Amino acid sequence: MKNRLLILMAIVLTATSLIAGWSLADKLLLINGAGATFPYPLYSKWFYEYTKIDPTVNFNYQAIGSGGGIRQIAAQTVDFGASDGALTDEQLKQAPGELFHIPMTAGAVVITYNLPQVKERLKFSPDVVADIYLGKVKRWNDPRIVKDNAGVTLPGEPIVVAHRSDGSGTTNIFTDYLSSVSDNWKTKVGKGTSVNWPVGLGGKGNEGVAGLVKQTPGAIGYVELAYAVKNNLPYADIKNTAGNFITPSIQSTTEAVNGKINSMPADFRVSLVNPDGKDAYPIAGLTWILVYKNQTDKEKGKKIVEFLRWAITDGQKYSADLLYAPLPESLVKKIQEKIDQIRY
Amino acid sequence: MKIKFVDTGFKKATTLIALIVVALTLLLVYNMATNAIPSIQKLGARFLFTSTWDPVKEDFGALPFIYGTIVSSFLALLIAVPVSLGIAVYLAELAPQFIRQPLSFLVELLAAIPSVVYGLWGIFGLAPFLRSTIQPFLSRYLGFLPIFKGEFYGVSMFTAGIILSFMIIPTISSVSREVFLAVPFTQREAALALGATSWEKIRLAVLGYSRSGVLGAIILGLGRALGETMAVTMVIGNRPEISASLFAPSYTMASVIANEFTEATSNMYLSALIEIGLVLFFVTLLVNITARVLVWKVTNKVEGGIRE
Amino acid sequence: MNFYKKRKIVNRLMCSLAFLCAFLTLVPLLSIFGYVVSKGITSINLDFFIHLPKPVGESGGGMGNAIVGTLILIGLSCIWAIPVGICGGVYLSEFGNNKLGTIVRFTADVLNGVPSIVIGIFAYTLFVVPMKSFSAISGGFALGIIMIPTIMRTTEEMLILVPRTIREAALALGISQFRTTISIVLKTALPGIMTGILLAIARIAGETAPLLFTALGNRFWQRGLTQPIAALPLQIFAYAISPFDDWHRQAWAGALVLIVMVFLMSFISRFVIARRYKFLRSS
Repeated sequence: MKNRLLILMAIVLTATSLIAGWSLADKLLLINGAGATFPYPLYSKWFYEYTKIDPTVNFNYQAIGSGGGIRQIAAQTVDFGASDGALTDEQLKQAPGELFHIPMTAGAVVITYNLPQVKERLKFSPDVVADIYLGKVKRWNDPRIVKDNAGVTLPGEPIVVAHRSDGSGTTNIFTDYLSSVSDNWKTKVGKGTSVNWPVGLGGKGNEGVAGLVKQTPGAIGYVELAYAVKNNLPYADIKNTAGNFITPSIQSTTEAVNGKINSMPADFRVSLVNPDGKDAYPIAGLTWILVYKNQTDKEKGKKIVEFLRWAITDGQKYSADLLYAPLPESLVKKIQEKIDQIRY
Repeated sequence: MKIKFVDTGFKKATTLIALIVVALTLLLVYNMATNAIPSIQKLGARFLFTSTWDPVKEDFGALPFIYGTIVSSFLALLIAVPVSLGIAVYLAELAPQFIRQPLSFLVELLAAIPSVVYGLWGIFGLAPFLRSTIQPFLSRYLGFLPIFKGEFYGVSMFTAGIILSFMIIPTISSVSREVFLAVPFTQREAALALGATSWEKIRLAVLGYSRSGVLGAIILGLGRALGETMAVTMVIGNRPEISASLFAPSYTMASVIANEFTEATSNMYLSALIEIGLVLFFVTLLVNITARVLVWKVTNKVEGGIRE
Repeated sequence: MNFYKKRKIVNRLMCSLAFLCAFLTLVPLLSIFGYVVSKGITSINLDFFIHLPKPVGESGGGMGNAIVGTLILIGLSCIWAIPVGICGGVYLSEFGNNKLGTIVRFTADVLNGVPSIVIGIFAYTLFVVPMKSFSAISGGFALGIIMIPTIMRTTEEMLILVPRTIREAALALGISQFRTTISIVLKTALPGIMTGILLAIARIAGETAPLLFTALGNRFWQRGLTQPIAALPLQIFAYAISPFDDWHRQAWAGALVLIVMVFLMSFISRFVIARRYKFLRSS
């Protein structure tokens, strides 16, 4: 009797789950995307809000890292990719179709740290950041850190460097910056979505790095601004090319976008690192959604285009709340022209 | 006539399905091997013996991962083996009858806990505990040893080894227990008749007789530790570096695949990761075969057989 | 006399050490259980079971889709792994007393030892790449491979335990071997086989590694089996390594649900079915 009951249970369970799976496969379209963790808070907000605007489509976005976004869109295992590192020319050539980079928002990469005893906001010069990540500056009370932070008592604790363990656009922006400020970094490590780190602990995703910093006293890490703010992690001012220490914020990130807007190439593959402008934050980057110019699925292509149009216009109003810099009007216009070229 | 027809059909059908399992396994090996070819061709044996992991320059050396996997697994064995043998001895020889069943069930529950839950507990329970309590103690009294030198961040080889030991205790103890129970009662009776205490009985009759079986149990545990992914990924620190200190972060073969597989941007990179998977496959294969042979030797021994 | 005393002391010491080991193991078990229950229980409410996850920064929401996802994945893997496992087991016990049987038995043991992450890679290359999509099917395939060896070997062991005389009696009545195996041998051994199946399900319910690059995860309710699918362990992993306190709480709640599911299955298989099986064997 018990056996029969169990078998019955098993059958019912299997059947209901499968029926549930199939029956729901109705009109509702699921569009899959994967990639950058950098804009994940904004994207998850967007996709959540967008279900209210167009209830016939769900956008499932998995934050697996920019490297993953590039990989999976090239392998066509997802409908769109997302990355905050632009594809290289070679990667574009290898992709099975023409890929568009659609800028969605701009963000700042901040240097965050875990020093409970320090209340003031720390300041860093570019070369010091590079040397911390090269393992040359080892302790928090190193004279070069002290020099930039007059009046702050720094502990003698060792610096625990945290970095990304996965392929990441945040890493791309950060290493791009380090390469531009330190020749030593440029020759020894270089820039990329994953690099061979000289020192430190690896965390998976922006979340992973923020998590590591949060759980490890004496840690330093680089994360997207929103991650630091949402987690009440402190973040440092960085000296920009004009010689000013700039606090990362929406304002100073927008300044960075403006500093590059005149040199924006037609495919939007631009680095925002070290922009002109005396108030511009130096470690910023655009983040892109990667879509094929020629969409193979008519229905999905249409919905993706509709979403992209919404995101760069109405969607931008959610940016500021989550500490991303809204795209400037002039840029939005250029992007719209690009979106119009997508065929489905 | 009809019966015969049905029966041959039946035999053929089950044979076919059994062969599917074999085919799947072969396909697995073939699939992995073909996908790893670019990396094997480009890097050759260097892959196994160098320690640069540089996706930018596409130079891959798996040594730190191999090292991390081996050291974390052996650390786990170091802790798990004595404890598991203690449990097995207690359960098979010493415990009062009424306690055996519930206790062995509880130990097996330890095996039922999903790896990801171990990881979660590792991050928020074990790592802070080690950092605040165990590590200061070890550093103070044993800090002169190179294995306990350096800073401790909570996530480390040490943490991973401890978590792994909890995960393999059930495997080692339950197999050892079975091996102990397979020791013929005549052996124990002989020892007792000669005036042995219960410990002497266990040492001479039980442990002596089941030595290779216990070794098999240990190696089975090793097999599980080598392939364990999630819990280790969450607590080991993910840093491809060979360091003498157990407090340093490390990386294992399984965790590098878990972290980087979906994100490998170039084909070379992906191929290198698959090659790591292939290496892991063959290592665990070897370990498991050794273990099976050893366990099989004991449990299939003729009853009452005399040993050495 | 002195020698005798020493032996007695050693005896006491070793026996207490063994006792200590046995109870020492309960410490991590209780600690894990304590953590999961105390941190998870506060976030368990109806919402947790029926709602979708909320975007970062908004509190509330649940793991309803992940729980359903895990059930669908279990269903998918059972659909193919149980028949294959049982048939394979039948082959091993009824016809497997030869070279091929040894090979099959050996392969099953090999497959049982393959790290689950490697099976994930296999499913990725076999399903995800050609289908051009992460999917529930590929996840179910990977989990099924993990189940098969366990089911196969328990089926074999249970069938071998069925007394020869029963088979002979049936065959002597002129019943075909097919009917004998199906309606007599398998039926007798069924409770034991169910134990194996339940244990296999308990194992895959908590598997994360093979799902990372097959099921991928999904933040919405499941629509169809060729889509990425959410799973409880995947969600716990993603939330555990995140820095958001809100997500940590959800991860603990998810862990509680998962652990209760898994323990329940272990418990049922061990006590209810095992007891019934013992009864059958003795009668």
